[in-house]
Amino acid sequence: MQDFAEAFGEAFRLVASLDGNLAEIVVLSLQVSLAAVVAAAIVGLPLGAALAVARFPGRGAVIVVLNALMGLPPVVVGLSVYLILSRAGPLGVLDLLYTPTAMIIAQTVLVTPIIAALARQTVADLKVEYEDQLRVFGIGPWGAVTTLLWDARFSLATAMLAGFGRAIAEVGAVIIVGGNINHVTRVMTTTIALETSKGNLALALGLGIILVTIAIAVNVAVASMRGTAVRSAYG
Amino acid sequence: MAEAGLRLERAAPRPLAGEANAQAPVRPVVGEKIRIERGGRLLLSVEEIVVGRPGITAIMGPNGAGKTLLLRCLAGLKVPDSGLVSWAGLPPDRARALRLGFVFQKPVLLRRSALANLVYALKAAGLSGGEARRRAQAALEAARLADLARSPARLLSGGEQQRLALARALSLDPDILFLDEPTASLDPSSTAAIEAMVGKAAARGTACILISHDIGQARRLADEVIFMAEGHIAERAPASRFFDAPASPEARAYLGGEILVRDGSWNSEEGKR
Repeated sequence: MQDFAEAFGEAFRLVASLDGNLAEIVVLSLQVSLAAVVAAAIVGLPLGAALAVARFPGRGAVIVVLNALMGLPPVVVGLSVYLILSRAGPLGVLDLLYTPTAMIIAQTVLVTPIIAALARQTVADLKVEYEDQLRVFGIGPWGAVTTLLWDARFSLATAMLAGFGRAIAEVGAVIIVGGNINHVTRVMTTTIALETSKGNLALALGLGIILVTIAIAVNVAVASMRGTAVRSAYG
Repeated sequence: MAEAGLRLERAAPRPLAGEANAQAPVRPVVGEKIRIERGGRLLLSVEEIVVGRPGITAIMGPNGAGKTLLLRCLAGLKVPDSGLVSWAGLPPDRARALRLGFVFQKPVLLRRSALANLVYALKAAGLSGGEARRRAQAALEAARLADLARSPARLLSGGEQQRLALARALSLDPDILFLDEPTASLDPSSTAAIEAMVGKAAARGTACILISHDIGQARRLADEVIFMAEGHIAERAPASRFFDAPASPEARAYLGGEILVRDGSWNSEEGKR
């Protein structure tokens, strides 16, 4: 128990002193997860909106699969991306394995279904309201997708934050494709796993505190955004 | 077999981007042998309807008479189970959709400013950004909403929202304007503002087709009245004639404030007892 208290003290000291090692890890984590969310949004938002607007055979099945993919286990995503990026894999020549790029790819795969599925639901709800009016304006499917995405922008930002929360907190995918190499691919979650197993609880705890703080900040952002949306009646 | 082919064609949904010119005429709007059934109940059965003459046509009738369904069919928003709707002799198409305006009972406003709502519609009509903003500003001024141009549209009051929706529809200078009970939930002054806007539009040559339960409103505005009951058109007459001497028993009962029971037997049964 004494160890634990000591570890806590050391953790706060590390955080407060902006320890270089710690900062490097935090910055890389944020870079990787933010890049993954941006990439996932570029794919996922139009995909979700298109699924909400388009009518084609098999659409129901696609939506079921997409919703199921929201719960993709990170280790399975990590393994799949590993197989594709490894020397023997189809994209082996790119030599991306054990780089931050590989980690961004893995987290993008993980987060895209989340953003797409939430975007589909949001846009589908809004479409019920807008459908007739857009038809009166002679708006085609492409115009409808862009209009609905723009008018649902606050709810969609919430979906992106949900995706970010998932990316920053996962460990399974980045540890497989990143390899947790010091100063190269070491992020918060992989460091916590490694340092805990090494018995270095202070660093692990310090990172844990930062991770929890980020999670809270994301939720505050979501809540305040919802408040803004309601106040300006955009919600 | 020819009959089957024809039915398929008639049931086809509103086609995608057609070749038709956006400036091509849409009047008259004609519905022929329109039928809509749900669960074995006949909701709409109209042998023939032609609308599009400048002026104001009020569609009246009790709840469930099929007024909204008919309006939606004519505007191309709903495809009837059978029958044919045409705009100036051609099936409804997206390119000409903007020639017809539609104001819903509950206004559908985009989650943007009042001005941006109008700019959106005008850009959809193919106007450039600058021209769209100029016309939007003018339309807001005409609707006396200029002060609220920058306000989020959905923060406006109910009356302001409906005025904005109407101003947006009118900014496109439609040939035909459909209005589905536009003043159903508005106070008298908002109602008066809407009526004044509709009256002006009609005076400029827009054919306005207005659903209303408000007999006073129909008397004030309408040049002619279409009276519907149980899914069909019971009567169509010039307004003066309709209100003084309705020809159909359904319209007489409605105007007399009597409850119209679906099978129409209520009055006669009561009379016998």
